[in-house]
Amino acid sequence: MAGTATAALEARKLVKRYGDREALKRVDLEVHAGELMAVIGPNGAGKTTLLSILAGILRPDEGEVRSPNGDVGWVPQQAALYRRLTVEENLLLFARLERHPDPRDSVEEMLELTGLGDRRREVVARLSGGNQQRINIAIGLLARPVALLLDEPSVGLDPRQRARLWSFVSALAERGTTVIFSTHDIQEAERYGQRLLVLADGEDLFDGTPEELRAAVRSEAPEAASSDIETAFVAFLQHRGH
Amino acid sequence: MRWLLLKDLQILRRSPLQAILLVAYPVLIALLVGFAISRDPDKPRVAFLNEVPQGARIATGGTKLPSVGVDDRICGAVECVHVGSRAEAVDEVRSGDVLAALILPEDLVDRLNSLSTLDPQTPEVEVILNEEDPVKAQLVDDRIDSLLAQANLLVARRIASEGGRYLGLVVDGGAFDVLGEPIRILGLRTSASILRALRPALSPGPLRASLDRVIDFASLARDNLDVAQPLIDRLTQPIVVDKQVVSEPTPPLDVFAIAVAATLSLAFVTVLLVAGSLALEREENAFPRLTRGLVSQSALLGEKVGLGIAVGLGVTLLMLAGVQPFVSLDWSRFGLWLAAILAGAAALGAAGAALGAAAREVRAVSLLAFMLTLPIALLSLIPSGAVGGAAYDGIRLVTVLFPFEPALQAMTAALDPAGPGIGGPLLHLAVLAVAYGLLARLALRRFAVV
Repeated sequence: MAGTATAALEARKLVKRYGDREALKRVDLEVHAGELMAVIGPNGAGKTTLLSILAGILRPDEGEVRSPNGDVGWVPQQAALYRRLTVEENLLLFARLERHPDPRDSVEEMLELTGLGDRRREVVARLSGGNQQRINIAIGLLARPVALLLDEPSVGLDPRQRARLWSFVSALAERGTTVIFSTHDIQEAERYGQRLLVLADGEDLFDGTPEELRAAVRSEAPEAASSDIETAFVAFLQHRGH
Repeated sequence: MRWLLLKDLQILRRSPLQAILLVAYPVLIALLVGFAISRDPDKPRVAFLNEVPQGARIATGGTKLPSVGVDDRICGAVECVHVGSRAEAVDEVRSGDVLAALILPEDLVDRLNSLSTLDPQTPEVEVILNEEDPVKAQLVDDRIDSLLAQANLLVARRIASEGGRYLGLVVDGGAFDVLGEPIRILGLRTSASILRALRPALSPGPLRASLDRVIDFASLARDNLDVAQPLIDRLTQPIVVDKQVVSEPTPPLDVFAIAVAATLSLAFVTVLLVAGSLALEREENAFPRLTRGLVSQSALLGEKVGLGIAVGLGVTLLMLAGVQPFVSLDWSRFGLWLAAILAGAAALGAAGAALGAAAREVRAVSLLAFMLTLPIALLSLIPSGAVGGAAYDGIRLVTVLFPFEPALQAMTAALDPAGPGIGGPLLHLAVLAVAYGLLARLALRRFAVV
């Protein structure tokens, strides 16, 4: 995909090695404002490594990352919150650390966005996993990022919590925030991702819409075309040698 | 950084147990130290049976010496439980009600008096011990040995004093009772004078030469017996101690005890708090988020050490204020106290940061902090000469590398107006603070691994 002036986040030829093992093999990526991209692949595919490099937590051995229009927000897989502080105290701390001119205003904004205004004085440890994840994402948003990276955000959530989370994330994208999330749940990726990036053993195998992925599966693994998406995806990976 | 500090204090406040411990610990230590240094050690309880008949006195040359007040002297050194028989004394010891029993047998004075006869017998006292607790048994052993040494010295001095009086009679003459009958002793000095007065009455010849020899003997004996008196006095205590202190002046025991207690509080609070709060950043997954542009790793380390310094300062001052009712502290040296506490807390905090960064998990960090701080603190209190040379060198190496000992030296110097200077320990602490800070910074690299 060619780079354009509206790209919120670009990555070129990313390589990351852990000893002899290549965790990422020349991965390219370009995401535009308001896009919701899912990075999918089996465990060990390199999803977390890719997101960590995009977030600036890990340095690539080769390649480069650019976010020309502003900062990239990052939401780690496990909630990075102080469990003994209240919802409001967590948000206020990170708003202050982000040097917001009026941190209390930012807190109110995030409480409204997460719908947790009525639980602002509750200690985070008492919140459900889903609500903790919403606060976790809200803290990522305090940086006012042009792109938000979510590392397996729905892990450990029950179906109801997951549905509320994706409704929240979709609303963010609708407001113009670029969202890149990683998951190994192909159904979730197909349902919520506007674009899918398939990784396996550090290689990017596919980059396109869910419909394009289904078309690729039909073409490369016709025997699995009528199966459910997960079975078809596994067949696709096998055809690609993974 | 101040927001992170505020956050850590909020977290601390949210954990009531931690907060109570931080306040209660120094207060408790202060009270314990205060009581310990303001009270004399308890005397051991000893069953005491004195079977010596009343009125029995040690006698020399047929003269009874005045009473030495044995009961009072013994019961002044130990807490006496008076018993009526040996069996009762044994029962008291067996039951554990007393640590030992001391029995002065009926014939003790007779045996003492026999020492000046041709048939001397060894005077003995009986000690019955309960050695169930070896430390207490050693304490009682030491007390009773000390008592016996004092008793022996007392008896020897009385005998020497009486011997000296008789020598005085021989030299200078005087009155002397034998079986109630007063006898006048002429004495060598008077004898020589009389003989010298008689001498001119004798014409030169063998008789006068013999008289001269007697006069010479009397004069010589008088002069030499004069010097015998101090000699006899010295025999009762032939060796005296001339103590020369070659080390720097040691602080008074109460000041040292307060310094140890204050430094221990400071060490535990600072090391545990800094190590624990740093490890908590990782356990809460906040470290990568924080250091992804919000704060630098060095600033985060600085904040943790700052937290340790702030809380350590508060806790140590609280402890010193708690000791104040028991021991008068020189508050005019408050500036030096602050310097010692701040430098000690900085170095201990940096060591805590290195531990926290290395161990990374709060539970592992807490365990490690205790496992390091407690033994190193104890090792720092071992004086030279208490263990072998090589072992002491090893201990020195360990204690020099950990901030407890210089923190203790700084605290002692700050509290003791007559003590050595504080500059050396402060410099030592500064070097350790920088070294541990660098180690912590290196160890933090592993923290960033996702």
